[in-house]
Amino acid sequence: MEDAGFIIGSYVITFGAIAIYAFAVLRRARRTTSQLPDEAKPWL
Amino acid sequence: MASLTADSTAESAVQRPRRAGTSTRGTRLLGAAAIVGVAWLLAFGLGFSPADRDQAESVRILYVHVPSAWLAYLAFVVTAISSAIYLFSKRHSLGWDRLAGASAEVGVLFMGITLATGMIWGRLTWGVFWEWDARLTTTAFLFVTYVGYLAVRRLGGSHEQRARRSAILALLAVLEIPLVHWSVRLWRSLHQEATVLRPDGDVKMDGLMLFSLFVGIIAFTLLYAWLVIHRQRTLTAEDALETAGLDQAIAERKAEL
Repeated sequence: MEDAGFIIGSYVITFGAIAIYAFAVLRRARRTTSQLPDEAKPWL
Repeated sequence: MASLTADSTAESAVQRPRRAGTSTRGTRLLGAAAIVGVAWLLAFGLGFSPADRDQAESVRILYVHVPSAWLAYLAFVVTAISSAIYLFSKRHSLGWDRLAGASAEVGVLFMGITLATGMIWGRLTWGVFWEWDARLTTTAFLFVTYVGYLAVRRLGGSHEQRARRSAILALLAVLEIPLVHWSVRLWRSLHQEATVLRPDGDVKMDGLMLFSLFVGIIAFTLLYAWLVIHRQRTLTAEDALETAGLDQAIAERKAEL
């Protein structure tokens, strides 16, 4: 594949950024919700 | 006997383990669907879709660049609609404000991806990573505006003050989207005009390429929904924790007096 470095790089940047953000959100969610009673979690 | 039952209930409530995280069965299913969508996108974007006559293999960047741009627009429109509902409804429910904040944050992520992948694509087709072209400049301006929106959300004050000022900003910021979209027509631009969302409705694209783009849009939509739900729930928990901390501080201060 021509210009494979640029093309694969763009996919790595895309899904790498989404994965890092998703990981950060889940970690923050876990840390925050562990300090709350289940009654304060309307999604449960 | 009655007090024993009440005590036992209270004790079991204290001892009951708290469920950490914001996942539910629905979000787990949505997450699994998003992973399948991304796998399909990788297969079609990097494998099955053909090379372009003019742009050769670099056209494959289209399948992540365009969906991320469209989903960023969608995220900012959701932010504006949620903000309008918060501002103009009688209840002024903070749930709408949190949805606006969560959607804007995910929108900034997707807009950042749009800029990064666009720069790489620009390097391959124009020979440069950046040009102060109308589309690129207005897109960068939109990105910076929503970074500013997120900064405004972090200013001090009550949750209601945060909701009111950020809602007004969201309603102003969304007006930039038509400017970004029409910039390629309003000014002379290096950036190509729309291929799919054309005013004459004539889509000038190979069938398999169009299908690959469609797969990309589905995958990014699922990712957007999954991320926004988790972020909105986290914001709900953060607000509850902040309120509880404030209540406790007030109670302690009253006890001191």
